[in-house]
Amino acid sequence: MDFILQPLNLVTFFPLVGVLILLFLKKEQKNAARWIAMVVSLATFGISLWVLAQFNAADPNLQMEVKAIWFSFGEWDIMYALGIDGMSILLVLLTTFLTPISILSTWTAVEDRVRDFMLFFLLLEIGMVGVFLAQDLFLFYVFWEFTLVPMYFLIGIWGGDQRMYAAIKFFLYTMAGSILMLLAILWLGNTQGTFYVPDLVAMGGIPDSIQTWLFFAFAAAFAIKVPMWPLHSWLPDAHVQAPTAGSVILAGVLLKMGTYGFLRFNIPLFPQAAKEWAWLMALLAVIGILYGALVSYWQKDVKKLVAYSSVSHLGFVMLGLFALNSTGIQGGILQMVNHGISTGALFLIIGMIYERRHTREFDEFGGLWKVMPVYAVLTLIVALSSMGLPGLNGFVGEFTILLGAWGAGQTPVLGSVLYAGFAAAGVILAAVYILYMFGKMFLGPLTNPKNETLKDLNLREIVTLVPLLVLIFWIGLYPKPFFDLMAPAVENLVAILGL
Amino acid sequence: MSGYSLTDLVNTLPITFLLLWALVLVLVEAFAKRSSLTMVLAAVGLMAAIVLSVMQFGVESSAFKGMLTIDGYAIFIYVLVLGSGLLSILLSYDYNRRMGWARGEYYILMLFSIAGAMLMASAANLIVVFLALELLSIPLYILAAFVPNNAASEEAGLKYFLLGAFAGGFVLYGIALIYGATGATDLTEVVAAIPTTQSPVFILAGAALLLIGLGFKVAVVPFHMWTPDVYEGAPTPVTAYMAVVAKAGGFAALLRVFISAFPSVAADLVPVLSALVILTLVVGNLAALAQKNIKRMFAYSSISHAGFIMMAFVTYGQPGLYADAVTSVLFYLLAFAVTSFGSWAVVIALEQAEGKGLNFEDYAGLGRKYPVLSAAMLVFLLSFAGVPPTLGFGGKFFLFRTVLEGGYTGLAIVGVLASLVSAYYYLRVVIFMYFHDGEPQVRSEPALNLVTALTAVGTIFLFLFSGQLLAWASQAVLALL
Repeated sequence: MDFILQPLNLVTFFPLVGVLILLFLKKEQKNAARWIAMVVSLATFGISLWVLAQFNAADPNLQMEVKAIWFSFGEWDIMYALGIDGMSILLVLLTTFLTPISILSTWTAVEDRVRDFMLFFLLLEIGMVGVFLAQDLFLFYVFWEFTLVPMYFLIGIWGGDQRMYAAIKFFLYTMAGSILMLLAILWLGNTQGTFYVPDLVAMGGIPDSIQTWLFFAFAAAFAIKVPMWPLHSWLPDAHVQAPTAGSVILAGVLLKMGTYGFLRFNIPLFPQAAKEWAWLMALLAVIGILYGALVSYWQKDVKKLVAYSSVSHLGFVMLGLFALNSTGIQGGILQMVNHGISTGALFLIIGMIYERRHTREFDEFGGLWKVMPVYAVLTLIVALSSMGLPGLNGFVGEFTILLGAWGAGQTPVLGSVLYAGFAAAGVILAAVYILYMFGKMFLGPLTNPKNETLKDLNLREIVTLVPLLVLIFWIGLYPKPFFDLMAPAVENLVAILGL
Repeated sequence: MSGYSLTDLVNTLPITFLLLWALVLVLVEAFAKRSSLTMVLAAVGLMAAIVLSVMQFGVESSAFKGMLTIDGYAIFIYVLVLGSGLLSILLSYDYNRRMGWARGEYYILMLFSIAGAMLMASAANLIVVFLALELLSIPLYILAAFVPNNAASEEAGLKYFLLGAFAGGFVLYGIALIYGATGATDLTEVVAAIPTTQSPVFILAGAALLLIGLGFKVAVVPFHMWTPDVYEGAPTPVTAYMAVVAKAGGFAALLRVFISAFPSVAADLVPVLSALVILTLVVGNLAALAQKNIKRMFAYSSISHAGFIMMAFVTYGQPGLYADAVTSVLFYLLAFAVTSFGSWAVVIALEQAEGKGLNFEDYAGLGRKYPVLSAAMLVFLLSFAGVPPTLGFGGKFFLFRTVLEGGYTGLAIVGVLASLVSAYYYLRVVIFMYFHDGEPQVRSEPALNLVTALTAVGTIFLFLFSGQLLAWASQAVLALL
């Protein structure tokens, strides 16, 4: 019993309680399903705060570890091992924070098979938290692949017109990367005799030539998930077709699983390869930043615009991580959180207008400020945060990343400050497409008569957005507590690289 | 019978009991003429045989002058095929009645065939391998053709019989060549005679012919041609039974014969085996992609699973590795059996008379109308595709591990790509179940529901507790060394 009640076990598996209750619900009990999912996910968030309270930010190592032998095969002991450190705690909190918000956003948007929706959503939460906590590669892979299943259904059942295509593309694309990683995991297990990540990191000693292979096998899985240019083509489909809550979680958390994978596995397990190929990762990241921004500008559908902007923002995260210095990595982690908050909020905002008008085309809108002032103001704040206005969260993340990339540019790691330079151009492009979007939708005369009767946000919708806005300002004005949480662990990681 | 004693019978009790029980049932059926009675008694007999087998676990013995070996490996297969038989009977009863061919012989034939599969696992002599193969197969030919007045079923039976006889010929000819080269059919004598043989090429040819013959049984490409037609034409419970038991029996004999008698030709066989694996994975998966009928889809998918199992077999000749190879084959067979019976149970629940209810379209709307049944099917399909947390994933994981350990990285890459392709066609069924609307016709019947529930729960829970299974499987292997 003590084992089950370990904080990390609870925060991972508590949503299972909701799943079990939901199973016994009748299909018609829609509101009950919503409330159960809401309460359970809020409780999970509460547990994650409890974990935070026990977390010692000064300790760079894994904390609150839960470790037991799951089973043995040949010489291997496959571990059930969960642990949390400065690199994962923010992402766990982000997951448990965004889940209830997403559920709240579905209150009126999802009317069909509500119980099943909530069931898949809670299962997804288990998978995501598990990914961020697993410290054994086998266990990690189980959680990692498992997240595909509920997301596949969220897109496939509750998605838009092209949902089947998008769902299967999402599943197969991601699985294609994962199975390469699976082979690399098996290779590590065979040669190193363990799957336990801290042991693997401590052992090191993988020959450089093989490190490169393993690095890219892991990178295949993570780069597709991030997604890095040129492996991003599943993302717009999945995002546009997914229901609002699905998009929020997809952008907010699932993509972070990719960047987190680079951080947790690629860099510490294969430090030589990471150093050797940092330039390539940074190059792809910068291309992604510029490509995502340019393509965003040409979209006619708001949701597509935000989807492509994710490619751009995640490019920043990757650039920060592969600066391979403390500043860059810390910026990268913070930017993961920022992107989760800002883009999550943008998808919520898009969902709100979609629920009213059932369209997302720019041309249908214009002058919305006049009929929906509250909505307009909140959108403006989120949009400015997404484009990196100083004083809001996006700026802190991007600035730190650019600083890190600039620093790495002056060392052999990246070898050129051009990466930082081009990435900075991406910030300007972001301003262009974000302001263009805002202008098209909210400013100017109210031309479309269909928009004249639109109702402004109701209380539930405002409640959905307020927590995100609080964080946007908090991180923007006083990011220190966030950096404090991750700094020791990141310093530790950088020390492994020995730069 | 000089030289045989009672201990021979005691040591082989699970098999002898089952055979005797089947003979008794022949009389019961002849006089009582009640198929339901025969069915119940057959099930009881299988359960008793499982108990008898489990009681022998851990005891190693041989019987009939070394013709049969009863070790942990054999017992593992015994329990697997007996359990499969039990599940097949549960699947059959209501199905046979509603389709209108409820006859007691059906269950008796199944018992004989199971005894054949058990003998395959125990065979320590090449002649016994052949006899066991025939005992496994001949009842299956009849069972495949069991549907009265149905051309497809008759075609299935005839096709299976012709190709099976052909394959039996290969096996026999292979045995003859090996006997010619070594003067022995007993596996230990064969392996002892190989270093001094005058004609090593006969050994290689003989082993290759055995491989071909048994390859027919487990349906690896290019010896798979019969599979889709037979699987489609045979009564569905028979298909389920064939897919698992014939495979288990075939691989059981392959592993024992090759590991104990032919490690010397492993190096020569590796390219052949690798080619078989790659062909099987490619053809099985690509053909499965094109199917619209669920029975044919599972037929091709079962071919591809044979390819996966064969992957571990490639490493059989490496000392220090074949223990892992056998463990992963046994685990994969078990995973395949559990998943396969579950999915066939769902197929049977939807199947209508005259081959209706078997297309993907017939699964439309299942998710909405029958959430439990479709959730179970989802579990099976994910397990087939190798997505965690399911037995199928565990099976693939241990398998790929063995292959990588053996140094066949290329093969492992083909394997993971094949499982990616397979995900596509398994997910197509999921798409119909969950993303389309329809009015599926489902038969709800206690035995069927029991099988579905047991296997669905088993697919997930046995994975979570795979430690114990692996322990049994590797204990089974120790005996083989």
